Amino acid sequence: MAAAAETVVSQAEPEVLLAGHGITKRFGPVVANDDVSVELRPGRILALLGENGAGKSTLVNVLFGLHRPDAGQVVIADENVELSSPHDAIARGVGMVHQHFQLVPPMSVVRNIVLGAEPRKLGMIDVAQARRRVMDLADRFGLHVDPDAAVEDLPVGAQQRVEILKALYRDARVLIADEPTAVLTPQETDHLLGVLRGLTAQGVGIVFITHKLREVMAAADDIVVLREGKVVGTTTPAQTSEAALAELMVGRAVDLHGDRFESGATGVGSAVSTTAAPSDEAPIAEAGERPVVLDIAGLCTDDDRGQRAVDELSLTVRAGEIVGVAGVEGNGQRELVEAITGLRHATAGTVSISDRDASGARPRQVTVIGVGHIPEDRAKHGLIGSYSVADNSVLNRYFKRPFAAGGMLRRDRIDSHARDVVATFDVRTPDVESPADSLSGGNKQKLIVGREFSDEIDLLIAAQPTRGIDIGAIEFIWRRIRERRDEGTAVLLVSAELDEVLALSDRVAVMYEGRIVATVDPRSATREEIGLLMAGAAPGAAGGS
Amino acid sequence: MTAPGGAATRPDLALASRDAGLRGWSPQRMWSVAGAVVLVALVWGFYAWDGAQTTAVLGGTVRAATLLVLGAMCGMIGERSGIVNIGIEGQFLMSAFTAFTVASMSGSLFLGVVAGVSTGLAMGWMLAAMSVGLRTDQIIAGTVLNIAALGLTSFFYDRGRSLGQPKYQSIELGPLADLPVVGTALFNRPPLTYLALVLVVVLHVLLLRSVWGMRTTAIGEHPGAAATVGIDVIRLRYWNVTLAGGLAGLGGAYLALESVGTFTRAMSGGRGFLALAVMIFGRRTPLGAYAAALFFGFTTALQGQFQLNDTFDIPAQFVGMLPFVVTIIVVAAAGLFGRMRDPAALGQPYEVR
Repeated sequence: MAAAAETVVSQAEPEVLLAGHGITKRFGPVVANDDVSVELRPGRILALLGENGAGKSTLVNVLFGLHRPDAGQVVIADENVELSSPHDAIARGVGMVHQHFQLVPPMSVVRNIVLGAEPRKLGMIDVAQARRRVMDLADRFGLHVDPDAAVEDLPVGAQQRVEILKALYRDARVLIADEPTAVLTPQETDHLLGVLRGLTAQGVGIVFITHKLREVMAAADDIVVLREGKVVGTTTPAQTSEAALAELMVGRAVDLHGDRFESGATGVGSAVSTTAAPSDEAPIAEAGERPVVLDIAGLCTDDDRGQRAVDELSLTVRAGEIVGVAGVEGNGQRELVEAITGLRHATAGTVSISDRDASGARPRQVTVIGVGHIPEDRAKHGLIGSYSVADNSVLNRYFKRPFAAGGMLRRDRIDSHARDVVATFDVRTPDVESPADSLSGGNKQKLIVGREFSDEIDLLIAAQPTRGIDIGAIEFIWRRIRERRDEGTAVLLVSAELDEVLALSDRVAVMYEGRIVATVDPRSATREEIGLLMAGAAPGAAGGS
Repeated sequence: MTAPGGAATRPDLALASRDAGLRGWSPQRMWSVAGAVVLVALVWGFYAWDGAQTTAVLGGTVRAATLLVLGAMCGMIGERSGIVNIGIEGQFLMSAFTAFTVASMSGSLFLGVVAGVSTGLAMGWMLAAMSVGLRTDQIIAGTVLNIAALGLTSFFYDRGRSLGQPKYQSIELGPLADLPVVGTALFNRPPLTYLALVLVVVLHVLLLRSVWGMRTTAIGEHPGAAATVGIDVIRLRYWNVTLAGGLAGLGGAYLALESVGTFTRAMSGGRGFLALAVMIFGRRTPLGAYAAALFFGFTTALQGQFQLNDTFDIPAQFVGMLPFVVTIIVVAAAGLFGRMRDPAALGQPYEVR
């Protein structure tokens, strides 16, 4: 350890590890980066904060050599450089931890790390040496992984450590981490932030891209806020607050957390403030009298590889309540939603919706009995990209009156319905004939929500309803979901964003390895408790702490 | 991302990645070993019963297997790189044609082999140009090769031409050839068979242990990841598909100059496609493919022997169906225990961002 630290110190320490000066990058008519300047110094963590589409990714892609800037200068280790590909950046000690891990799943950890820069003996991989080097690095930086495990068998947090080791193996002095916490539990996130802090102690500089304010405040030394391709603020955690950062990011005041129960003025929990003592159980009791809409009992189903994904799961959702399913992705949430909506075959158990048996029902039958479904992957399952906005607005009902008669579609009615949806749900599109593909992510999602909400539904299944969309659209969709709840619709919300689950839910069911391991009250449970449950801790252990 | 409770593993890669040697034996491995033991016992029994006929069948087995394994190795290099090659049939046929023609005109079998391998390389390059360079649908690209080969060889086919010399003859490998049972079948063979056997072993080691093999796996599983660590995905796919074509070319030369000794229209007879089945059976490893090729070769040889002996009193065409019926049964049965996962990027063209 001491020897390792010495080698870092003995190198001439550059003043600026990585910088962009006046970076401008255009894609056609779109200016993704407009005269952006950032600077990273040794041993510091620079957070790039901004909404989707603010230009964060473009900026780091320029700094990493994936894009050439139209104007401006990239600086690496005090030197002006022209990067023609990522290899130029890597060769100068810049490493990237990609949001979507750039790992080969069936290959071992060691092989993934040395890939492309293999120690060799007569053309064969020198396995012993490769292994030793990887173990040395892992020890030195405290990044523990099983070197011989296949990457696909590792949990996400460990895969991320492999990504980081891969960069360090290539002597990275700068790490660019693109949304590194998006797939982690709160505990894994804390651990990662600790690891990053440890790296800075050894002189590594880190560029950390995120849209999560809490992490920025917790981990960053310097903060650069981007909006619409421009730097709108440069600050430090000491000089700012979450609220101020949110306002900078969006360009206006936002309130995502404060109205947790406020909008439900006529609904469940109207009298309960967020600080209410757990003894104030009145709304829960009230909810108990409402009819059960979704009743899942002993449900089992398999994932695409034939492994048990949902394991004897039971859950109920009553009218007028939002039940949020919290959990790290890959714990069976997707399969659960698919099994309820008829997209996946359940191997055991029953699903009943509004007292009707919906076990083994086909998707069409589930739709017809009054279930709205916002699917997890809007591009793949929510919309047909090449179809027009109008056609997409009736995907769940095109076969019914008034949209079809005698086997023929009624274009006029479909179009007027689509115009209604577009107006009511604030879908920004030139006209309803545009293909759905031409919409931005947030507008696609609003179109889906509008479609699912414009029919009478008793149950809404919302899977990752706000993934990857801007704060404005998130606010809008959250408000609409709350309104539905207040009108008496039962809502099953599945989200990998714990903040979203906490902000919307009346009850939180924590899912781990295909089971609901605990159901907690979001008003009394802490993030840490839920985080432990998500990581598989026994409910008793979490409650006892 | 990773589902709890274990993941489907690819035995070939697991073996490659766990350099600490064998771990627990998988069901597949136990089945293979059990099958091999039964097979050896059966062969031994038949040999004791009728030595001459058993030797003939085993010889026929190896003869048929050589062509299949060469095609399978061509296919697996492509598939491990992410490129489907269904043009092996065409590569066989075209190479057989040029190998035969050049050998016949020059009077040199060796020049014939060189011509066959060169033709295979050229057709491999064409496949690469279409499916890697131009990002054509890979199935269509392979089909183009098959149709072109059939058309060209039929058009230029010269009925009167003969090899003008004997085909490649067997070479006895000293005392090894005197071994009971397998002596003649394995160690009294013509030269290209020996070459193919050596290639099987060499390619097996290269694919599972070498830097090239690891990079090849990477571009077939996750080309994006390979590209981020500086591997030129397009270039490596070009090289691999082209060089793999050389193996199919050798197969064509083997067919014309060693196995049959002449060229006839459409003489590859579907064995380029059978090679793909062999490749999948062998889990895209050369040794595995050779075992699968021996199995298919055995059904072919057995069928030949049945016809020769008039074992069954039914039309010869039905007996001739044996290898194909067995193929269907075995493919269906193999689906029952443990399907193998394809390389994740198989069939997907790679585009540089």
